[in-house]
Amino acid sequence: MTSEQIGNLSEVLVWATLVCFTIALVAFAVDLARRTDARTTSRAAEKELVGAGGPAPSTGSAAAVVEPVETPTRRRAAGIAMSTTVLGDLLLLAGIVSRGIAAGRTPWANMYEFTLVGSFVAVTVFLVVGTRRDVRFLGAFVTGIAAVFLTLGLNVFYIAAMGVQPALQSYWLVLHVGVAISATGVFTVAFAASVLQLLRTARDGGAALMSGWRWLDRIPTPQSLEALSFRLNAVGFVLWTFTIIGGAIWAEHAWGRYWGWDPKETWSFVIWTVYAAYLHARTTRGWAGTRAAWFVVVGYVCVLFNFTVVNLVINGLHSYSGLTS
Amino acid sequence: MSERTQYKPEGIADEFVTTSASEGVSTGSTAGGGDGPRLPVLGVVGWLRWTWRQLTSMRVALLLLMLLAVAAVPGSVLPQRGPNPDKVLEYLGGHTTLGPWLDRLGFFSVYTSPWFSAIYLLLFVSLIGCILPRVAAHARNLRGRPPHTPARFGRFPAKASAFSTASPDDVVAAVGAHLRRGRVFRVDLGAEDARGERPATRTVAAERGYFRETGNLVFHIALLGLLVSIATGQLLHYRGQAIITEGRGFANAVVDYDTFDKGAWFRPQELSPFSLTLDDFSSRFASDTVAFAQARDFTAYVTVTDADGSASKQTIKVNHPLTIAGAKVYLQGNGFAPEVTVRDAKGEVAFSGRVPFIPQDNVYTSRGVIKVPDVSKGLEQIGLTGYFLPTAVINADGTARSAFPQPENPMLVLQVWSGDLGLDAGVPQNVYKLDTATMTAATGSDGKRAQVLVAPGQTVKLPDGLGTITMSKDIPRYVALDLRYDPSLAWVLTFALLALAGLGVSLFTPRRRVWVRAWALPSGDTQVELAGLARGDDAGLQGEVDRALAAVPGADPPTNSATHSATHDQEEPR
Repeated sequence: MTSEQIGNLSEVLVWATLVCFTIALVAFAVDLARRTDARTTSRAAEKELVGAGGPAPSTGSAAAVVEPVETPTRRRAAGIAMSTTVLGDLLLLAGIVSRGIAAGRTPWANMYEFTLVGSFVAVTVFLVVGTRRDVRFLGAFVTGIAAVFLTLGLNVFYIAAMGVQPALQSYWLVLHVGVAISATGVFTVAFAASVLQLLRTARDGGAALMSGWRWLDRIPTPQSLEALSFRLNAVGFVLWTFTIIGGAIWAEHAWGRYWGWDPKETWSFVIWTVYAAYLHARTTRGWAGTRAAWFVVVGYVCVLFNFTVVNLVINGLHSYSGLTS
Repeated sequence: MSERTQYKPEGIADEFVTTSASEGVSTGSTAGGGDGPRLPVLGVVGWLRWTWRQLTSMRVALLLLMLLAVAAVPGSVLPQRGPNPDKVLEYLGGHTTLGPWLDRLGFFSVYTSPWFSAIYLLLFVSLIGCILPRVAAHARNLRGRPPHTPARFGRFPAKASAFSTASPDDVVAAVGAHLRRGRVFRVDLGAEDARGERPATRTVAAERGYFRETGNLVFHIALLGLLVSIATGQLLHYRGQAIITEGRGFANAVVDYDTFDKGAWFRPQELSPFSLTLDDFSSRFASDTVAFAQARDFTAYVTVTDADGSASKQTIKVNHPLTIAGAKVYLQGNGFAPEVTVRDAKGEVAFSGRVPFIPQDNVYTSRGVIKVPDVSKGLEQIGLTGYFLPTAVINADGTARSAFPQPENPMLVLQVWSGDLGLDAGVPQNVYKLDTATMTAATGSDGKRAQVLVAPGQTVKLPDGLGTITMSKDIPRYVALDLRYDPSLAWVLTFALLALAGLGVSLFTPRRRVWVRAWALPSGDTQVELAGLARGDDAGLQGEVDRALAAVPGADPPTNSATHSATHDQEEPR
């Protein structure tokens, strides 16, 4: 196969991934809805038992009664969702590898490739966390964000596979950019957890807007979502710190200065500061919990801004999208 | 930046839970409390103490962090003087009302502005104020022992219990030995006498993760070190830029650089005396349709002559700077510097030399200016502006463009001006700009501005009988070299890596306490209870307690921590 054919194959694989993630997104959403139904059923069953004149059962035993009934229906959609997510992730990995072969270099040197690898890392982090605990409630959000990334990548950021200019010919491309994308992927999953935490808190607090969102009752408590988000953000923050240090070392080699307040550098600094503020906020009285979660939202918005607007609108030394404006 | 903890379990009163106590706003010497609402009267010392407490409080540190993030943003949106002085002038020209105000407020040099500096300096003062007491506390804590085993385990987040056929002494010894393994835990074994209904009990108190706070402190101190080394680098550094054409060179002296930039503490005699000659320059560009004309490689082949006269051949590439005597030489740009000879109307050589043309795009459409002041007496000075095209293509309408960055069909396309170049006024001029205020453009017979096309080796007549222009057959390349010396680099890197290591340790080292109580039951068995407490969220805490449980000898029957923790509250002796 010529490198052009391999490049085309890569594109087909990415399209196939997008299809998988979309199916997974729907299945995860169905799963969330079913769990809501199951909850309603469980509440109804509780009422029936009470109504039948029996002794009022504790919540624990009611759940034990209802559990066997709801299990088969509720888990089928989630099973489909998980297997299509795994399939999509493998296809995406194949797409990334073939892209690298077609271009003859590390496959993360422009925005299109960044969306591929970023989505891959986000979904992989979700799957890896999923092997240790049940985070399937996050699936709809993670596959949803990944699907949006891939759609944007294929339609807006796409450029054909090619080599890179001399400034990018360095092993730091593998390290600095690779770690930056990984951090973005980790931040993505953490962001999903924090958004759910905020939604759940709002519903628990009786927000009128959320009164119909019964599925929120079935996701974990805000406290455990906060803990999940923090663990991911801690990893993301360390990766981001490495991204900045690695970037500074590379800039020293390529541009003759380790820090020059280039727009990309500035926004990396802003992101670092926002997540640093988040880490401090969650240990400050009166700022932990909901307020700290807002920092995650702001931080992730900065990450997206750094990736899109800074690359495409604000011109700097980091403008490697390959797109001609 | 003290870490606040959420939980306050019973029986523990130490730094684990009380570091947050300093946060409360204390007004210092409040006077006259009690008789009605009166403002507290603060002396100067009181105010200072209040200010210091505020500044070093977590809330203010948080505020400063957010301010720092917000303050950094304008610099990415507005052009900045440092990297883009031209863009700043352009912006000022386009915004006549807003521009001067932004300029006055320092928005075109955000990162050196007083307000940006104030934020980060305050942040670092706050950091120092927070770190100093914590270093002292941690130093004491490092020598401390694990806190005593609490009387009740009921409210701890991780619990386990078991019955054992071994004696309390053996249980405590075995669990203590398990926890001591690998020196992860600091372990104290203890014994409590029987008191009231409480039977005589053997205890274990263990704590791990002292490095968590160590990492946290190292991270913050390293940030301080980073700031100091960056500032020192700013004072000691120098940087010079020079354009060198093939076959020529430059010596490392301030006068040999086109631009020279230095810190306040730099002395010119610190420049190490070496010289550098550009032997050759090679470039490679993609020629396939997908990435047409994209750069693929630039290499400058140079000869470096050291102070002692020894010469060595070296290469400089993008991403591979050359290190000479502690200074680094970077390849920052390249282009063509055609050798041009201009003869005036009298046939005298008025100018001869290499003229660097600056590439404007990826096909090296390069702009340049030739100033010819030294014409024969009585003649007007000549100025030529225009383009050098490495691979010239003449369009149907007579305009020319470049099709490829390599010199396959080089051509100079110039407009000709005559008059006064303005060089005699003594005002320094930009060599890449022609001041045409006192010059007139040569026009052709059709009334349009005349254009001169010169190919290599050709001599072409200038319009209006001004003379002739010749371009040499070979087109020399030039490189833009950037020489930089910053003795603080190693320190900057060291502190950055220390910060990273400290951060990793402080975020991922679990800080855990494990306690064990073991006492003899009337039946002859031993009742064993374990409890765990962690700082912050710790998913592995129950696992830690379960592993300690597994170390209990003679457990009977093999216990399940989850079921036992539900029942042991009732069995606990009161």
